[in-house]
Amino acid sequence: MKLLALDTSTENCSVALWLDGEVVSRQELAGQRHSDLILPMLEELLAEAGLSLGSLDGIAFGEGPGSFTGLRIGCGIAQGLAFGADLPVLGVSTLLTLAAAAPGERVLACLDARIGEIYHAAYEKQHGVWHTVSAPSLCYAKDAPELPGAGWVGAGSAFSAYAEALEQRYAGQMLSADGSVYPQACDMVKLAAPLFEQGGGEDAALAAPLYIRNKVALKTAERK
Amino acid sequence: MLVLGIESSCDETGVALYHTERGLLAHALHSQVAMHAEYGGVVPELASRDHIRRVLPLTRQVLKEAGCTLHDIEGIAYTEGPGLAGALLVGASIAAALAFALKVPTVGVHHLEGHLLAPLLEENPPEFPFIALLVSGGHSQLMEVTGIGQYATLGDTLDDAAGEAFDKTAKLLGLGYPGGPALSMLAQQGNQGRFSLPRPMLKSGDLNFSFSGLKTAVLTLVKQQTSDGRELDEQTRADICLAFQEAIVEVLTRKSIAALKQTGLSRLVVAGGVGANRQLRDGLSQAAAKKRFEVFYPKLEFCTDNGAMIAFAGAMRLRQEGRRTMNFPIKPRWDLETLAAPSP
Repeated sequence: MKLLALDTSTENCSVALWLDGEVVSRQELAGQRHSDLILPMLEELLAEAGLSLGSLDGIAFGEGPGSFTGLRIGCGIAQGLAFGADLPVLGVSTLLTLAAAAPGERVLACLDARIGEIYHAAYEKQHGVWHTVSAPSLCYAKDAPELPGAGWVGAGSAFSAYAEALEQRYAGQMLSADGSVYPQACDMVKLAAPLFEQGGGEDAALAAPLYIRNKVALKTAERK
Repeated sequence: MLVLGIESSCDETGVALYHTERGLLAHALHSQVAMHAEYGGVVPELASRDHIRRVLPLTRQVLKEAGCTLHDIEGIAYTEGPGLAGALLVGASIAAALAFALKVPTVGVHHLEGHLLAPLLEENPPEFPFIALLVSGGHSQLMEVTGIGQYATLGDTLDDAAGEAFDKTAKLLGLGYPGGPALSMLAQQGNQGRFSLPRPMLKSGDLNFSFSGLKTAVLTLVKQQTSDGRELDEQTRADICLAFQEAIVEVLTRKSIAALKQTGLSRLVVAGGVGANRQLRDGLSQAAAKKRFEVFYPKLEFCTDNGAMIAFAGAMRLRQEGRRTMNFPIKPRWDLETLAAPSP
């Protein structure tokens, strides 16, 4: 099976190919230049692998949570590619992706959600499969959901933005934390591969970002 | 050449297919107006969230209506700006990725060029050169148009756009958001001559507009009419709507005539959402008959934002300027005068 994954959910920009189990990838710190980088990166990667878009079996993208605009660039690119090449699409959680790449089997994945909040989720790997311990949510670091036991490994930008608050919240429960890691397409494509192999994937038009923060403005009636 | 056009600069998702020999084959639109109404104005983040749900279903719809397949598409045009950055990026990213997959060129279109050229989609299109009166919720401009990509601004608004003045005044009169069309409807029941509002900038000696003072004049009038504690009755509101609309229409008409006179041109093209206003069309048509100039309007549905104008303007530029590079720039702020004519 041959798959493509792409992610523009953070200031990082990444693409990866799954070639029957082998993974090749590209990543670059993009700031706000995702729209300049993503398609040329993809073209390079395809050319190196000697593949055309049409010879792939599916496209995965980082569905979120993350930067709203970034999520839409990734989703829009996935939609356009999948629609044009008639391929199924799968959204992959950026938090699960962080967990899958972390050095541990109990992972707390947290991304900086700005305005004081974080995107939060916790996962545990059992018999090679990731289980959700705490579902993706939006919260203040100091009010983050409780986690059972100890031995947790932290991953994601919230561990640099709110290092102290998270350290206090999970005092005695954390082994380590890395705030410098980003969700990467090379890890997404590994999560997506078994799903595509089981026949997963949906129509391009159904690909949608997962924002989690859904209250973005007040209605006129709510402002009174 | 078959061109897919995608418009997503503000609160309407428009998609269309234009063929350079066969003309406009199909167009489809999803308006977010009802969604934003609850918020009293356009919420940019919600606009972007809606666009990304709409572009592909609308694209499928126009392909089906036109009896074309995806692989018939030879170029893709998207609105590059001006507009809401997040909203523009949705159309731009889908356009770029789809073009990459189909191996066709893309072109970024200036939203206002789309509006300016929309009357060329009609059966009797205006010839160049002409004066364009571009009046919408975001713009009020008089332009001298000598050809595609050759635009000189003759006058602009110093504050509110004409459509913005309609909507703000409607809000002030309790007509909801966006209340411009409701204001025009109510004005039909107004009595002429009961109120008179100022005609801002009419004697300014240039071709610029200013509409925020007119809105303030309406506010003052409403305060006068309700000073005894009573609410505005329906007839008074209708009379105020009529007076307001008369003032705007007179300013737009007289400035358009002045622009024709100043340039010696004899064709006027009206574009943008306010171009759908019945009283403005009547006023301009009467003036055209009297002053002997021709006036051209797009179809009512192409006055407001739409994909057809983007597909058309894109088709005019694609042959020369189609990009095969894979970046997809957007320009949330973009002066129309900086455009150039397509190279021959």
